[in-house]
Amino acid sequence: MLVTQFLILSAVLFCTGVYGVIVRKNAVLVLMSIELILNSVNINLLAFDRLNNSAHGNVFALYVIAVAAAEVGVGLAMVLLIFRNRKTIALDDLSEMKG
Amino acid sequence: MLASETATVAAGWFLTHAWLIPVIPAVAFFGIIFFGKKMPRGGSELGIASMVAALVIAAGTAYQWIDRVNGNAEAEAVIRTKQWFKIGGLEVGIGQHIDGLAMMALLLVAFISTLVQIYSTEYVRGDRRYTHFFASLTLFSAGMLTMVLAPNMVQLILGWEIMGLCSFMLIGHWWEEEANSRAALKAFFTVRTGDMGLLVGTAMLLFVFGTLDIKSINEAAAHYTGGHAILMWTAAALFIAAIGKSGQFPLHTWLPDAMAGPTPVSSLLHSSTMVVAGVFLVARIYPVFHTGLDINVAGNHFNFIAVIGGITILIAAALAFVQNDIKKVLAYSTVSQLGYMMMGLGVGAWMPAVFHIFTHAFFKCCLFLCAGSVAHTGSHHSFDMKEDMGGLRKQMPVTFITWIISTAALCGLPFVSGFFSKDEIIDTAHNNDYKLFWVIGLIGAFMTTAYMTRATYLTFFGKPRGGAKHFVEGHHDAHEDDTTDEVHDHAHVAVAHADDHHEPVHHGKPLPFAPSDSAWQITVPLIILSFLAIVSGYLNAAPFKIEKFSLWLEGSIGLKPGDTIPAGPEFSWAHAAPSIILVIAGFAVSLFLCLQVFGKETSPFKGLTQRVKLLGAGHTFLVNKYYLDALYEGVIVKAIAHPIAQAAYWVNQNIIDAIVNAVGIGGKRTGEWVYRNIDQRVVDGVVNGSGATARGAGGVLRPVQSGKVSMYGALLFGAAAVGALVLVLVNS
Amino acid sequence: MVLASDVLVAQNIGFAIIAGVMVLGGINVVTSKNVVRAALSLVLVMAGAAAQYILLAAEFVAVTQVLVYIGAVMVLILFGVMLTRAKLGKDIELNNKNIAVAAPVALLLLGVMVYVLAKGFSDTKLPTDTPPVSNQSISDLIFKPYLLPFWALSFVLLAAVIGAIVLARKD
Repeated sequence: MLVTQFLILSAVLFCTGVYGVIVRKNAVLVLMSIELILNSVNINLLAFDRLNNSAHGNVFALYVIAVAAAEVGVGLAMVLLIFRNRKTIALDDLSEMKG
Repeated sequence: MLASETATVAAGWFLTHAWLIPVIPAVAFFGIIFFGKKMPRGGSELGIASMVAALVIAAGTAYQWIDRVNGNAEAEAVIRTKQWFKIGGLEVGIGQHIDGLAMMALLLVAFISTLVQIYSTEYVRGDRRYTHFFASLTLFSAGMLTMVLAPNMVQLILGWEIMGLCSFMLIGHWWEEEANSRAALKAFFTVRTGDMGLLVGTAMLLFVFGTLDIKSINEAAAHYTGGHAILMWTAAALFIAAIGKSGQFPLHTWLPDAMAGPTPVSSLLHSSTMVVAGVFLVARIYPVFHTGLDINVAGNHFNFIAVIGGITILIAAALAFVQNDIKKVLAYSTVSQLGYMMMGLGVGAWMPAVFHIFTHAFFKCCLFLCAGSVAHTGSHHSFDMKEDMGGLRKQMPVTFITWIISTAALCGLPFVSGFFSKDEIIDTAHNNDYKLFWVIGLIGAFMTTAYMTRATYLTFFGKPRGGAKHFVEGHHDAHEDDTTDEVHDHAHVAVAHADDHHEPVHHGKPLPFAPSDSAWQITVPLIILSFLAIVSGYLNAAPFKIEKFSLWLEGSIGLKPGDTIPAGPEFSWAHAAPSIILVIAGFAVSLFLCLQVFGKETSPFKGLTQRVKLLGAGHTFLVNKYYLDALYEGVIVKAIAHPIAQAAYWVNQNIIDAIVNAVGIGGKRTGEWVYRNIDQRVVDGVVNGSGATARGAGGVLRPVQSGKVSMYGALLFGAAAVGALVLVLVNS
Repeated sequence: MVLASDVLVAQNIGFAIIAGVMVLGGINVVTSKNVVRAALSLVLVMAGAAAQYILLAAEFVAVTQVLVYIGAVMVLILFGVMLTRAKLGKDIELNNKNIAVAAPVALLLLGVMVYVLAKGFSDTKLPTDTPPVSNQSISDLIFKPYLLPFWALSFVLLAAVIGAIVLARKD
């Protein structure tokens, strides 16, 4: 197997995630797209790890997973809070930062 | 201190500092102008003090000059100049040129000015412009003194013009009456017409001789070898100026009208000093005239100067017969005597003419001051002989006697000063082969005596009339309810002689008072002048072989007597006889006619001019002054002025105003165009455009700050993508 | 040159299938009109990722991926989806107006990355005979060189827990 195929897979998933972050209105969907991105990064890390026969990438990938979990937890808490206050989580409506 | 000095013999203090003589009155003028009103005597103290100072220095100058000449017959003039200005290559200086002629004139002007100013303190007492009167008198004296000691033509012109200005100011002293202001303007303009000749002549002098220095001009003209025609025209041009200033025919018309001024002005300016400025000019640069007009060239019986002088003598004397105003009689007499002086210069009688200036000043000034005294005291300020005078000799003895003395001098009675001067002119005319002018001079002497007799009779003899009657009978209780008094009205409506004596009591004396002569300020100058009228003649008394005056002034002729100019004639009673006889004849005839016409109730001579048509026409012709005034004002002035005025008005309205308006309209249109196109469109466009651009840019960029996270995310990733692309491209 | 004996056919086929599923799932995540379907597609992607990890001989990470990501994170996300659904079943429009911007950006990024990667790592084969990463080596690394990040990570997790509770509690 070529390393390239994993790398390209990772690139495709990354770009899909970027597209999702930009396009999606629902805040939860945006979080999901971010998860996509993080997963693609993980694949990339592990691919190189296999190529270079080391375990450093594995450790890094574990940390990424942990951080992603924390981030999703906090993020969803914020989304819930927003939903409770605004009754909507459409990012277009949440434009307090306008101007 | 002064630049150039040409006195080779060391000169005394007065001679070298004679330039102070005009300076002192000039300074006093400014003093009177600025401080006169605040001074206790209204500025007259300054005026009199300055004149006395000038007189003292002039006397000193005269004394030292006489000393100088006595020691050395070829004494040179004391010339000191300082550079005044420099134009091109011509350097004009200001300073003094003291020789016999200048010395005589300085002394004369200073002396007469002093006496007149003292006289004026009483005559114009209470006047509405007392201070300005003295200021003008002082300035006049300064101007004439500047002129007489001028070393070059420019300073002469300076003094000449100052005199013209002061004459204008003084004639129009009571300018509230239109007649007075018209007279002042007439005087100014008439003299100005002559002044054109002065300026042209001076320019020609510069052209011919290359210098304006009088000494150089005289020397060059005496030995002249250049073109004759141009020198003749130069002399003619300069003489025209003398015609204007000295009231010669045809520019004499202003002098009688100048009597509108106060009597001191008439006596100072228009009899003794200013009007002789023209004669002085001719005398000063005499070689120019002598050579240019061929005055003593053999076989020449006429020349411009002599002709004009001769005509003036006759026409003025004729006019003096028909005047009722005593000052006008004296004015015409002055014109006539100036004619004598001019004629004298015209026939080569330089010394007699200049001597006549000297003697004439004294007796004519005295005559005018007597007239003023009569008006001031005797005739209720009226100068009309027929209406307001008569029989005043008893009540005004001093005035009467000084008048008689001065009249005798004027007529040329033997042993009085006029005899030694005027008759010398007549004699020299005969001697120098100008026979016609000899005859004219004799006729003039006859006429002079005749009209003066008439004037004397009307003023001092006969029954008192009008104002004089009022005066002679004393002011008893006449005034309290005297409003309808004809005499009083007439006296107070004295046309063109209005002055400011409106005192409720007459001359400070309470009613009633007996008539008496004028105050001492008036009579003392009269006495002094009449005394001089007698003795001044003895400075050059040919019968007694006294020739002091000639000795002192000989150097000023510029020509050697006996050389190009004939030496003076030897005196003989035979030569003097014709004029003496004519004088006596004139006196007799005139006295007879006066007694007939004015003294008797009925007489075959009374009303002669009304009965005989020819005489009546002649009388009318004389009364209208030969219609010259009508010619000058009505025809010449109008013909020139009216079209010129119209043309000037047309140019002003249509051309000048059009230009101005066009400029204005052009400016306005330009402004509007600029406003519309540049300001509104361009400038505002730029301004508005920049605003719109900013707004547009803002509008375009605003959505970037939408507050939407997805937008921010898009930007972020977009930037990253572009950055990655750039990096790849750069590194590949 | 690629030799026939070097090509591990089974692994490649496996990779291809899983990769295809992942990509499709990923696209579904970002383009689905239904939130739940998107979430479930994400689960599919993650499962596929775990399989890829196994292919890459990273077993520990694969298992962790399944336990943590799918077991906890996706459940959490599904809870979030449930809790934030609008009442009365009205589904909001899920895509905003940025499609015009997003597609080019994503494609651009994809293009750049693919180009670079292909150019950089062309024909670099993964080794086939090395053993998979052992747990021991991972733990050695965690507790020796990466100890500090490990402690930091524990703080992060603690903060996240507390933060989430603080944020989401009702009071």
